Amino acid sequence: MSTTDSSDVIVIGAGVVGAACAYYAARHGLSVTVLDRGAVAGGTTGAGEGNLLVSDKEPGPELELALISLALWRELSEALPPEIEYEPKGGLVVASAPEGLPALRKLAAGQRAAGVKAEEIPPERLPGLEPHLAPGLAGGVHYPQDAQVQPALAAAHLLRASGARLRLGEEVTGFLKGASGELKGVRTSKGALHAPYVVNAAGAWGGELARLAGATLPLLPRRGFVLVTEPLPQLVRHKVYSAEYVADVASGSAELQTSAVVEGTPAGPVLIGASREQVGFDRSLSTAALRRLAAQAVALFPVLARVRAMRTYAGFRPYLPDHLPAIGHDPTVPGLLHACGHEGAGIGLAPATGLVIARLVTGDKPPLDPGPFGPGRFAGASGTSGTSGRASTPR
Amino acid sequence: MSAEPYDLAVIGAGAAGLAGAVHAAGQGLSVALLDDAAQAGGQFFRHPAPALKAGRPQALHHHWSAFRELRSRLAASAVDHLTGHHVWTVTRDGDLPWAVHALTGADGEEQRPVCIRARALLLATGAYERQLPFPGWTLPGVVSAGGVQAMLKSGLVLPGRRIVVAGSGPLLLAAASSLATAGARVPLVAEAAGYLGYARHPGALAANPGKLAEGALHAKVLARHRVRLSTRSAVTEVHGTDRVEAVTVRRLDRDWRPLPGTGRRIACDALAVGHGLVPRIELATALGCATRQAPDGTSVLVLDDRQQTSVPGLWAAGETGGIGGWQLAAVEGELAALAVAHRLSGRPAPARVRELRRRRDRMRRFAEAMGAAHRPGPGWTHWLQDGTEVCRCEEVTAGSIREAVAELGARDARTVKLLTRAGMGWCQGRMCGAAVACLAAGGGGAAASEERRPFAVPVPLGTLAALDEPN
Ligand SMILES: Cc1cc2nc3c(=O)[nH]c(=O)nc-3n(C[C@H](O)[C@H](O)[C@H](O)COP(=O)(O)OP(=O)(O)OC[C@H]3O[C@@H](n4cnc5c(N)ncnc54)[C@H](O)[C@@H]3O)c2cc1C
Ligand SMILES: Cc1cc2nc3c(=O)[nH]c(=O)nc-3n(C[C@H](O)[C@H](O)[C@H](O)COP(=O)(O)OP(=O)(O)OC[C@H]3O[C@@H](n4cnc5c(N)ncnc54)[C@H](O)[C@@H]3O)c2cc1C
Repeated sequence: MSTTDSSDVIVIGAGVVGAACAYYAARHGLSVTVLDRGAVAGGTTGAGEGNLLVSDKEPGPELELALISLALWRELSEALPPEIEYEPKGGLVVASAPEGLPALRKLAAGQRAAGVKAEEIPPERLPGLEPHLAPGLAGGVHYPQDAQVQPALAAAHLLRASGARLRLGEEVTGFLKGASGELKGVRTSKGALHAPYVVNAAGAWGGELARLAGATLPLLPRRGFVLVTEPLPQLVRHKVYSAEYVADVASGSAELQTSAVVEGTPAGPVLIGASREQVGFDRSLSTAALRRLAAQAVALFPVLARVRAMRTYAGFRPYLPDHLPAIGHDPTVPGLLHACGHEGAGIGLAPATGLVIARLVTGDKPPLDPGPFGPGRFAGASGTSGTSGRASTPR
Repeated sequence: MSAEPYDLAVIGAGAAGLAGAVHAAGQGLSVALLDDAAQAGGQFFRHPAPALKAGRPQALHHHWSAFRELRSRLAASAVDHLTGHHVWTVTRDGDLPWAVHALTGADGEEQRPVCIRARALLLATGAYERQLPFPGWTLPGVVSAGGVQAMLKSGLVLPGRRIVVAGSGPLLLAAASSLATAGARVPLVAEAAGYLGYARHPGALAANPGKLAEGALHAKVLARHRVRLSTRSAVTEVHGTDRVEAVTVRRLDRDWRPLPGTGRRIACDALAVGHGLVPRIELATALGCATRQAPDGTSVLVLDDRQQTSVPGLWAAGETGGIGGWQLAAVEGELAALAVAHRLSGRPAPARVRELRRRRDRMRRFAEAMGAAHRPGPGWTHWLQDGTEVCRCEEVTAGSIREAVAELGARDARTVKLLTRAGMGWCQGRMCGAAVACLAAGGGGAAASEERRPFAVPVPLGTLAALDEPN
């Protein structure tokens, strides 16, 4: 490998976020090199579920990013091959008891004001949308914009379509800097690569990379388990979950939380996920997490009780204390941009993230105000100080 | 589960598990022995169900008496032998005893969940067969060499009348001699390795005269039935429309690459093919046990001098620590039992430990020399055509796996799976894992696949939902 290799942008990480950054950067006329120490989608992207959701997001910058991203996914579904398994199937959030309805209605009203399509479904109409849903639920809200992709294939096809140079099995071990501290490229396990811009899309490992570059990003992993069933004929039509899920997503607690999102896949298996807990990078099986996932799924769809789970896997969501991703220029290291920390929404938010990054590099106007995602918001924070929790107001 | 935990739970009632359970009970430990089969014996001592009343199974394997002795010691012991228990996971919360989660009963509706608690655990789950695909391997009439042995031992049916045996490893000779003895015509045994590999380890060989005698015995049977053995050759294609009609056998170079112009067609109505065994270690890897790559290319558990894995309190014996045959498995099972008893009771280890260790080390050395000789060469993938199905469950071809590696950025079995679905089906990659790992590594010999399979068997969601809260 040549050590004088140079391009306009180096993207570190071949997960879905890095792939989207490469795709949009290339479409903005930049030459791109993507590096990963492993394989394409070998990180959290390969452990994610591929929900593209607006339904679980409260009004605010993340929802704004999600709306843009969902529109981009729709475009991508035409530009990329059908193997990415894009399905605009819609989401259905249900309240099991009447007490859950007011909060659900309030959330939906706020989301509507932000441009989300959300239709309240009275209990008697639930079976029409989901014939196998448990009887006796209090009602729900239908979100037609929610969609799905197969994350690993989506990342792989984004990368292939980008035409970026792909260097796999090559780990970034350091950064090259110029006289005034500006980035000149990266040092890797196989040599050095040059570029005026480097994008940190290393997901849950983005904190380590920031540190290598002399920057700070207080990223933590938040573990999640997914259960995968045997293949079934279509039994679940939408992404179905209970209203409590939204509370889990917004929680900063380190404790185990579970709210099962149940969904079918084109290949037949039903996916049930995911739990959330902060236990570092520990993969060992948690029967407590699996028990709760299974119990919640069976409560929503009693027919699932006899269905067999074939496998389960764990992944690590890249998590920042205020639950927003870091997207934009590093405040201290010129030439370094961050695109990580998307927690449980990285698949959904990847295209908009990639577009913002590309525009920031070229100096064009981003599709939304990137201010709330600015990595500088952690300046002065004490690094990865653990489970300190979320900002006092969500989003 | 309010009952007192057992001192030891043994998973797997093959040679290793049987020996482990019997000797642990002999040391005064309370023991549960779980196995998914209806009877003890494991792979090697798979025997006709009593109802079959098949005459003289000992004609099929000469080690019957060793097994009979273990089995009668088991019957006389206080071991709780739990047959029909499919262990799906093993967990441990802090210092609490191990929880062994199993499903009982036949597949299907009546499965009932059970949780066994124990202070120590012995994993003796054996191995399954390594498959290397080739064009036509999904045709009816193609069976595994191990499957043939099992069929002969338990049902006494032949898969065909004129049966070619191919692949690599000592099981080929065993399978061919069983087939010939049972009345099949075996026109050829095609062994991909050179057998010269053993010569590099004369020490290990000389120290294992039993193994030599065994080989000689098979050779005598094969000679009597005029079975021809070709080394450095492989079945590279199977022909037939509805079932096997013929095979193409080609010569291989040292790397197992087929030599052009050497193909010959051999008529047959069945093919028994085997490429050795792969340890079944998913219960241990789900717990984070350290593994190493054995000389035969498979991933095996790292064990200390006393058979303990890298996870304290979890011991392993038999094929889980590397393929080595039933005698080694039995020695390791006994050694593990003594080690567990020593750990739990604090009594000094009996003098016998030293003798057992010596025997184990000698047999392990031999097994590893043999494993190295039969390790698939990197050239084997050359006999795959792009249209050859590699993952049978999900119908994924060699071509799409190659595309995932060359075009989509897969680099290992896991990312190939994510990008092609190879290994996502019913067998969870047990069938195609070895082949996929090789293709993912960009061709190449036997890449060990470090796949995690947290569920050793599928589990109904209702069962998961009803699990006890950990206290
Ligand atoms: C169980 C679970 C379910 C989920 N479900 C969903 C969902 O339904 N919808 C959704 O939108 N999101 C979901 N997510 C979240 C989503 O998977 C992540 O947000 C997303 O995959 C993050 O992608 P990424 O590209 O940032 O990170 P990754 O995919 O982890 O990619 C980072 C890459 O960086 C590489 N890397 C790290 N360090 C280095 C280095 N030093 N040198 C070179 N390379 C390096 C890694 O090898 C890795 O490949 C889920 C997550 C989990 C765990
Ligand atoms: C076809 C064939 C021919 C062979 N010929 C010879 C030979 O000639 N000479 C020789 O020395 N060796 C031979 N072997 C190898 C021999 O079978 C093994 O060395 C021996 O059986 C190893 O014993 P084990 O106890 O490690 O495993 P096994 O005998 O495989 O026993 C493992 C047991 O664990 C059970 N089990 C596994 N997972 C679970 C689970 N999750 N839950 C419950 N139960 C489980 C299995 O069903 C099995 O009963 C042969 C093997 C095969 C397959």
